[in-house]
Amino acid sequence: MRIVEKNQLMTATEIDRTVQRLAHEIVEKSGGTANLALIGIRRRGVPLASRIALAMRGIDGVDVPVGTLDITLYRDDLSKVAAQPVLQSSEIPFTVDDKDLVVVDDVLYTGRTIRAAMNGLFDLGRPKRVRLCVLIDRGHRELPVEATFIGRTVQTSDTEIIEVRLNEIDQEERVMLVERVS
Amino acid sequence: MSFRFGHMLGIEPLSAEEIAFLLDQSKPFQEIQRHPLKKLATLRGKTVALAFFEPSTRTRISFATAASRLGADQMNLQAESSSLKKGESLLDTVRTLDAMKPDCIVMRHSSSGAPDFVARNLDLPVINAGDGSHEHPTQALLDALTIRDRRGTLEGLNITILGDILHSRVARSNIHLLAKFGCRFTLCGPAMWLPRELECLGPAGTSIRRVTRIAEALEDADVVLTLRVQQERLHEPALAIDEYILQYQLTPERLRRARPDALVLHPGPMIRGLEIDPAVADGPQSCVLDQVTNGVAVRMALLFLMIGGGADGSSEKESSHAAD
Repeated sequence: MRIVEKNQLMTATEIDRTVQRLAHEIVEKSGGTANLALIGIRRRGVPLASRIALAMRGIDGVDVPVGTLDITLYRDDLSKVAAQPVLQSSEIPFTVDDKDLVVVDDVLYTGRTIRAAMNGLFDLGRPKRVRLCVLIDRGHRELPVEATFIGRTVQTSDTEIIEVRLNEIDQEERVMLVERVS
Repeated sequence: MSFRFGHMLGIEPLSAEEIAFLLDQSKPFQEIQRHPLKKLATLRGKTVALAFFEPSTRTRISFATAASRLGADQMNLQAESSSLKKGESLLDTVRTLDAMKPDCIVMRHSSSGAPDFVARNLDLPVINAGDGSHEHPTQALLDALTIRDRRGTLEGLNITILGDILHSRVARSNIHLLAKFGCRFTLCGPAMWLPRELECLGPAGTSIRRVTRIAEALEDADVVLTLRVQQERLHEPALAIDEYILQYQLTPERLRRARPDALVLHPGPMIRGLEIDPAVADGPQSCVLDQVTNGVAVRMALLFLMIGGGADGSSEKESSHAAD
């Protein structure tokens, strides 16, 4: 079983432009940023959320708090993961009560990660609203989850994988479509 | 880097990396304890068997709380009200529990080696909650987490242990653990509780000295671990309680001989006015309540690591977070 790269979907420049556009879209569609907060899902949602917050500061001097969420404890598939998932801490240094939250992740696929994220967030309090921002929506939803802010929508098959590489984690910057071949 | 633990029988066989990993993995669970809603569904559907053949309140409640907060169910065996009184053997008792299909067994027993015996005879993960005078691994882990949180490190600290070290599994597990991080040990108490063999604990080269004068023992200490005095043992051979208090009670004056930021730990339960002066127990250097809070976190981490994951082989779509 090998991983074969099929296509480069986004270059570093394209990722940056998309992040800027998403930041603008979120500010535009939030009717006021007073209660707005971003929650990055570990791992790659975290740098994305930071970058979006930074871009927002450049827009109107808007300063939006950013939290990070590790969803490992809320997954519905723990017993099926062969490798032992390593737990990281979540850090949300503000109350989620009455907040207008935007959850940020790199890829939206089955929707189970987002369900787990919402479980985690609702354990902390009662947000006023939760919306989802993703870099890539690859379809194949298994739960009724939708993203409000989408970088790019990509049609994929089950054997394909979207690999997002970000400088902060991978020391390179691009989005690829890869395939598992036996 | 990630580690798997089939059993948790003792600290001695673990590496420093494995211990650091366990402490790191406890941090998210420390965080969860601060949430308004502390209940997770992570171990939903799993069952933790709590088999306490020796009386225990705090350890049992701590493990039970850890299991509950992870969403697991419990099977509860308590020695006083069990069929052991009717003469059932240990093996039969645990086999009976095993036949009810728990996912792991947490056991405390008065015989050193009992959890190891059970681990060899059952196909079930075993966590040692204290066996005889051998080990109490989760106590050492929560002590280490407490020390590391307050001091930032476990490396090269001066550890003074006070009290009945001869009979203490807590002392042994702590020595095994902290020795792996290059700590130096001073063991202090009446000579009858400080046999020479204690100097052989830990890996070769571990610095352990035995001292009968508390003032000397506390000099330069970074951590003072105060053990409970079991009053029954004061009679083997005889040492009057007043004499013990006079010579070995940890008082504020004596504590001043240690480093100014020295930590005071106690596995509990404390007997105020016996091994520890109330002013020290309640003072700023005392970590006893943190120890208890950290105990739940450490036990949650251990249960999560031991029975949380698992290879099942499934054709479900691999989450993009599976390998993160």
